[in-house]
Amino acid sequence: MTAHLKFDKPDNRNVLDTTVQGVIGQPLNRPDGLAKVTGSASYAAEYDLDGCLQGVLVTAPFTRGHVTAIDKVGALAMPGVVAVIDDPRLTRRASQGSTYEAPKAGACKVDYHGQPVALVVAETFEQARDAAMRIGLEYEADDLADIPLDPDKADAKPKKGGTDMGDLAQAMSTAAHSVDLEFTTEGHASAAMEMHAATADWDGKVLTVRAALQMLNYNIAQMAKAMDMKQEQIRLLSPYVGGGFGSKLGITEETVAAGVAAMELGRPVRVVMSRQQVFGAVIRRSETRQRLRLAADADGRLVGFGHEALVSNLPGERFAEPVLQSSHFLYSAENRLLRLDVARVHRMTAGSVRAPGEAVGMPTLEVAMDALAEKVGIDPIELRLRNIPERDPESGKPFTSHKLAECLTQGAKAFGWESGPRAPRLRREGEWWIGTGVASGARAHFFEAAQVRVTLNADGTALVETDMTDIGTGTYAVLSQVVGEMLGLSPEDVQVDLGDTRHPRGPGSGGSWGAASTGSAAFLACETLRRAIATKAGVDPETMQLKDGRVVDGPALADVLGNESLSETGHFEPGDIENDYTASGFGAFFAEVRVNDVTGEVRVDRMLGAFGFGRVLNAKTARSQCLGGLVWSIGVALTEGLLFDPNDGHVVNGDLAEYHVPVNRDVGDMEVLMIEERDGGASPIQAKGIGELGMCGGAAAIANAIYNACGARVYDFPMTPDRVLAALPE
Amino acid sequence: MRSFDYQRAGTLEHAGQLVAEDGAKAIAGGTNLLDLMKLQVETPETIVDISRLALDGIDEVDGGGLRIGAMVTNTDTAVDPRVRADYPMLSRAILAGATQQLRNRATTGGNLCQRTRCYYFTKTDQPCNKRDPGSGCGAIDGVARLHAVLGTSDQCIATYPGDMAVALAALDATVDIASPNGRSRSVPVRNFHCLPGDTPWIENVLERGEIITSVILPAPVGGRQVYRKVRERSSYAFAMVSVAAIVDVANGRIARADLAFGGLAHKPWHDPRLSDLLVGKAPDRALFAKAADLLLEDAVSQGENAFKIPLARRTLIAVLAQATGEVS
Amino acid sequence: MTITINGESHPLPRDPRTSLLDYVRDHLGLTGSKKGCDHGQCGACTMIVNGRRINGCLTLAVMHDGDSVTTIEGIGTMAAPSAMQKAFLDHDGYQCGYCTPGQICSATALLDEIAAGWPSDDSDDLTARVEATDAEIRERMSGNLCRCGAYANILAAIREVAGAAA
Repeated sequence: MTAHLKFDKPDNRNVLDTTVQGVIGQPLNRPDGLAKVTGSASYAAEYDLDGCLQGVLVTAPFTRGHVTAIDKVGALAMPGVVAVIDDPRLTRRASQGSTYEAPKAGACKVDYHGQPVALVVAETFEQARDAAMRIGLEYEADDLADIPLDPDKADAKPKKGGTDMGDLAQAMSTAAHSVDLEFTTEGHASAAMEMHAATADWDGKVLTVRAALQMLNYNIAQMAKAMDMKQEQIRLLSPYVGGGFGSKLGITEETVAAGVAAMELGRPVRVVMSRQQVFGAVIRRSETRQRLRLAADADGRLVGFGHEALVSNLPGERFAEPVLQSSHFLYSAENRLLRLDVARVHRMTAGSVRAPGEAVGMPTLEVAMDALAEKVGIDPIELRLRNIPERDPESGKPFTSHKLAECLTQGAKAFGWESGPRAPRLRREGEWWIGTGVASGARAHFFEAAQVRVTLNADGTALVETDMTDIGTGTYAVLSQVVGEMLGLSPEDVQVDLGDTRHPRGPGSGGSWGAASTGSAAFLACETLRRAIATKAGVDPETMQLKDGRVVDGPALADVLGNESLSETGHFEPGDIENDYTASGFGAFFAEVRVNDVTGEVRVDRMLGAFGFGRVLNAKTARSQCLGGLVWSIGVALTEGLLFDPNDGHVVNGDLAEYHVPVNRDVGDMEVLMIEERDGGASPIQAKGIGELGMCGGAAAIANAIYNACGARVYDFPMTPDRVLAALPE
Repeated sequence: MRSFDYQRAGTLEHAGQLVAEDGAKAIAGGTNLLDLMKLQVETPETIVDISRLALDGIDEVDGGGLRIGAMVTNTDTAVDPRVRADYPMLSRAILAGATQQLRNRATTGGNLCQRTRCYYFTKTDQPCNKRDPGSGCGAIDGVARLHAVLGTSDQCIATYPGDMAVALAALDATVDIASPNGRSRSVPVRNFHCLPGDTPWIENVLERGEIITSVILPAPVGGRQVYRKVRERSSYAFAMVSVAAIVDVANGRIARADLAFGGLAHKPWHDPRLSDLLVGKAPDRALFAKAADLLLEDAVSQGENAFKIPLARRTLIAVLAQATGEVS
Repeated sequence: MTITINGESHPLPRDPRTSLLDYVRDHLGLTGSKKGCDHGQCGACTMIVNGRRINGCLTLAVMHDGDSVTTIEGIGTMAAPSAMQKAFLDHDGYQCGYCTPGQICSATALLDEIAAGWPSDDSDDLTARVEATDAEIRERMSGNLCRCGAYANILAAIREVAGAAA
């Protein structure tokens, strides 16, 4: 049976508020938690398969050209080496997310320094690593002088989807107040803690790959095409994924390499990228160069809005960091110019890193808004409140819901924001300037087709099956709660089985759509199951209540079922609603920072994020997602930036010592305010995504707080001590 | 990592014989050596495990100083009550470096021999005169953010990355070295590390077969000790600039000013002219600024690391102000 | 030549290149200790050797003849988790779970370090009694990266256990 819904119009029934189990939204511990805190949860490289070989990727020591020969004889003479794989199917770029196409194959053709070109397989990891690092390569490399590496100098073309409404230049020249600012943001690495890994096993019929992947439904299609196999011949398993943040949306080089090697050698093969390879060959968030032009009337109402950005990617890649994604709808202004240009450079593939677009587009916009508020002479919160549009300012569509004003005002209250016009350099303790800052947050809401099978077992417990992943996001928890709430079961009696392509498929973890899409599919299945239970129990489905494994005032579910189980696959599909509404999560960020007058070092003493993202499915895991976003905001603001060699384009600071992910000490007191709402236009369970919203603007709150503290307006992210010092008024 | 023979040295003499062999390298904590071996920046044929040599004590020496054995972990040095009381700058410097896990393993001797973090040194597919003499320097025309501004050469602009040795240089500690054939010698920490010159692969004065046995701290001196480290994140990051200072003020005049700097050069930087300038003078901002001028008068940057010059200047002035009580 | 892992004696590996981390993960099947960088830059492999937390990736197994090692599997089990493991569970001190065993090994050792009076970079006075303040815990946990950003919850979990121990 399939319970199908094409999502054409909002579902404002709020069914989950009419059920009585009382678990939806509750801050329950994760069902997968005990396995994680005891180290019992197994990740992709942690399966003990008999006779498993170890593979290590070989990477190109040049930027563009061809590998013409590989010294296999020499490598095979090294201890323990079993094979050198240079099959033409080996992929040479990371796949982008949400595509059914295979990534580019033919690893002997090289487009960036550090690209994987071959795989060395040996009996042990040490043997494989040694041989992979020493294997002889012959290659023809293009002259570096001919290879575009610098996005500012390379050919760039505009991406479709820009906006040109009215006359921005005119608005800028005639407005009472305006700002015209240039920003840069450096590239980011996902830097998920689990390095990309795949363990492949071929039994002659099916290639089973335990892999570190976020989106199995797409990944199996990519894998099948890359391997030139049928999907039925492949099974992907990713029950636990050690973080993704975009880097595992698509298959990366180790997955196909492990599959090819396992089939060729007839033994299981495990391939784990080194941390340096993950940094150098998986996915980067593009650096950006941005121009923000804001024109306002005397009261601070925007009349002109310009946001232009230059990003980069390899030739042939469709992905362009969608810097302007939320800028299209966040603030009113009649005269609008939004334009995204893509430069083609031979740096590693650019793709999705947590909150693609808003992660770097919102911070710059929100610094510009802060600068504008100062010019207008009003409180920066007031400036934002005056510019919240009634409808999407470009498309004219209504919003499914809009919580920006509540986030700003309730957040301000909780944070202790002192309203009114502000001036920098008013508070100092010893060497430290102290200040506060605010920023709006927005992240476009997405949902995708998803299928989930819910089985009500004869004993009255339930099983939930989908290929959806839990990359730390809380999928195990929220699905057990949606299903427990709908079927009247304690979540402990709902087993959730994820990350297996043999289960009904969905969109995976990405774009913050997982919970809303997969949760809706589970919800649909449960709605049908409830009707079936009512029929079997002979009660009115409209009034039937289920709680603690029983029909309320009626029989236990196990008795209703007899000795049979009931199974239903919920199938949720996007529909017309996407054409009729603009949907987004909204938020507000507040930060209090200290800036050292001597060294330019910045410490974030406290941060508060207020977020409106529809129904909260689990208050504990949702809060954790928000906290994670705040930490990433600190990284974007202060510490994270990929550096590229100007001569050959390789990632220079490609390890966790030199690419500075925030550490515990970088994170001060964090507070999260979840503004509960029901957004029936967001999904049938009234929930929106929350995995990314927490970092969509947060860096601006820190930047604005730095300015408020010490008067240094920094336009380049991350705001490392040297940049703060350079901007510090003498 | 290349294959190697693993040998455990039972005695110092035995260790000396083993490490004198071609391609041999001593290992103690291993936190730096194994990192570089995995990258094949280091490719020893023999690893001589000296971690169990009886060089793991901290003992008082005649005249009132401390002898810190080469195998004493950074943690044990930093938490030693005598070090905390009499050489707080040394505790501070160690605690400002790395993490508890690394400090629990890293040793006195190994830390002194820590090699540079230069991005180009650690990648075998990049030019580096230190790793591969004659191959060029990737950093000079590349990304030189981490790099040195003092004492550089056209061959190498790498920095010494450690913290402990910067404090030891300010303290004027001495390195005791066991040489082959049972001989030994002592070298001031200030002279232990080398500038790159035309031989950037030579980083310190250790000759083949020599092993550091201990570091001698001189008798405690008066005054205030400060170790200040500026870094890109609040913990677990190498120094952009660090300043170690022992300053004593008596009767309104500076009686002692021993300074050393990290993050600026291929070695913990000690410039004796700074003491000469400061001692005997009344502490004030103008004097501190003169000291900074002197320190940095020959500084050369590569663009990317130009920030180090004003940052070192500001940090030095602030440290002198703090140590002399002349807080503005 | 043997090493004791979680109370059980094991022979040391033949290939001296084998790190202590790879030894427990690949040779003994104790995959609770994680490999997040293999270079001492993330702390996911943190384990406790002779009472002290270290990075298992930056030491050779053969150097640990006679040593006693506690990995996450020796801290507690699914059936009997330690107080720290329970606190991480209750405070959601993890998300993807990959850095978590290392965090918990670090946190477990941290309590002993504070009890022993070891100062940290955060300590204002090197000779004063050390308290398990938020700032002290944050600094002492900074050798364990968490990319999911669970730091606030990790702090809350440790604070709870430290408070109960005090």
